[in-house]
Amino acid sequence: MNVRSAAQLRVAAPAVQEQGARVVDLAGRRRRELRRRQLTVYGLRLAVAVVILGGWELGSRAGVIDKFFWSQPSDIAATLWRWASQGTDLGPLYEQVLVTMEETVGGFIVGSILGVIFGVVLGRNRLLADVLSPYIKGANAIPRVVVGALLSVSLGLDIKAKIATASILVFFVVFFNAFQGVREVERSLIANARILGADNRRLTTEIIIPSALSWIVASLHTSFGLALVGAVVGELFGATEGVGELIYLSKNLFDTAGVLAGMGLLAAMALVAEALITALENRLIRWRPSATFDERRI
Amino acid sequence: MNGFPVHRRVRSMTSAIQLRGVTKRFLTPSGGVYTALRDLNMTVEPGEFCAVVGPTGCGKSTTLGLISGLEPPSEGEVDVFGKPVHGIADGIGYVFQTDAVFPWKTVLENVAAGPRYHGVAHREARNRAKEWIARVGLAGFEDRYPYQLSGGMRKRVALAQSLINGPRILLMDEPFSALDVQTRALMENELLNLWSASSASVVFVTHDLEEAISLSDRVFVITAGPGTVKSNYKVDLPRPRNVAEIRFQPHFIEIYEEIWKDLRDEVLVSYERQKRGAA
Repeated sequence: MNVRSAAQLRVAAPAVQEQGARVVDLAGRRRRELRRRQLTVYGLRLAVAVVILGGWELGSRAGVIDKFFWSQPSDIAATLWRWASQGTDLGPLYEQVLVTMEETVGGFIVGSILGVIFGVVLGRNRLLADVLSPYIKGANAIPRVVVGALLSVSLGLDIKAKIATASILVFFVVFFNAFQGVREVERSLIANARILGADNRRLTTEIIIPSALSWIVASLHTSFGLALVGAVVGELFGATEGVGELIYLSKNLFDTAGVLAGMGLLAAMALVAEALITALENRLIRWRPSATFDERRI
Repeated sequence: MNGFPVHRRVRSMTSAIQLRGVTKRFLTPSGGVYTALRDLNMTVEPGEFCAVVGPTGCGKSTTLGLISGLEPPSEGEVDVFGKPVHGIADGIGYVFQTDAVFPWKTVLENVAAGPRYHGVAHREARNRAKEWIARVGLAGFEDRYPYQLSGGMRKRVALAQSLINGPRILLMDEPFSALDVQTRALMENELLNLWSASSASVVFVTHDLEEAISLSDRVFVITAGPGTVKSNYKVDLPRPRNVAEIRFQPHFIEIYEEIWKDLRDEVLVSYERQKRGAA
């Protein structure tokens, strides 16, 4: 993108000696502008955090915000510190985070793989799609988190129920995107591949899936958040460890700082995962012009 | 190198392509029947470069679909080298009007796709692809993705992708219509060079009569839809040709005038219909 165009400008420079200096100068200025903009963004982000957290803290200290119900940032930070240094009521903090992460990632992976498989198979087979579509739409219409209640009974209190709940939430999002992606594959690309000699397997793996991949990967951003929801809801329905369970315990003790500290942990986990998914996306969809990345980057 | 290599002109027993009494109908979304081609007859000899011209919507592209086996005819027979077409046959190359190179593959992977689909080993396929990339003038661009190339370069990739399979028949559907005039002339000359080094028959669909005459040995004029062959003309201009200059030759202009008389009526019919359709 911009870094690259700057590089191109530099390559072009030696060709015309007279203008060379000016071109390099321009490229340098462009780079400096970019760096300055980046710093501005970071600075403003920090400012937003300071305003929100600071306002909250001041509000609760001044008595405008009821500390019992809404806690305050310093208490939340203290709770997090206590959990980190002395451990939580359920054991060391990192274990709780790891358990929830395991459930989330497990559900995310299982749900995505099943979603892609079903999406591709049904997208390729119109009859099957027409037969199954009312059932899928019906299942999708159920508020699916309640399935967690059923699964916590039938699969027990361990990790299986949470992974199952998370994967059900993930499945539908990925499925609908994969299905649509398969349906939207450019006809001429399929015709071209068939003329070049691709059999059905090659058509699926080399044309249809890569083409649907931009749809699928886009859905992964949403579905990781849903996997986290599934895992936490699963923990709320019954668990012995995990961040969700931590939140549940704090709630029972009217410890709002604990609830909010748990939420903060979940948000941090989601942000880290989001960064990883974006990296994955950039790797999987290298072939797309980077302009689309720029437009989508927030 | 004046005139044709002898083997091109020899009439062999079997024609490369033969369409006999071919009709193609489509169902329209509203449930009606649309006849794209009606009772079309066409013969292309081995090694012959044929152009198909006709007004918009006369079924030129449909004809290519039938020859390639992507679409079966509703009536009539399509033979390729004496054998009836059932599904996609080997030995066919197809350059599409729209960009049909695979956007997620690099230039090298795009060109190597054909051999790989035919079971050639990975390394061997890559080596052959490199040769073809150099032959279409894209050496050094092997690792680029299609979005990083210009329209003309993408067409070169499409050509290499088709020709690497060594097709006996090359179908081209207005391949250069999206290119600017200069690039187009370059690509046309390039195509003639590549073709003269092969022994493939070419069916080149275009709406541009000038392009049709400057490239081909024979021009088929298709009527306004439902399409059928109105007439066919032999183009006896000497080869090798320079596409950019051949159009100034007096004989070129004679041929052009002759074919245009035929084509003009069809274009007018098609235009009148469009006007009525729009009104």
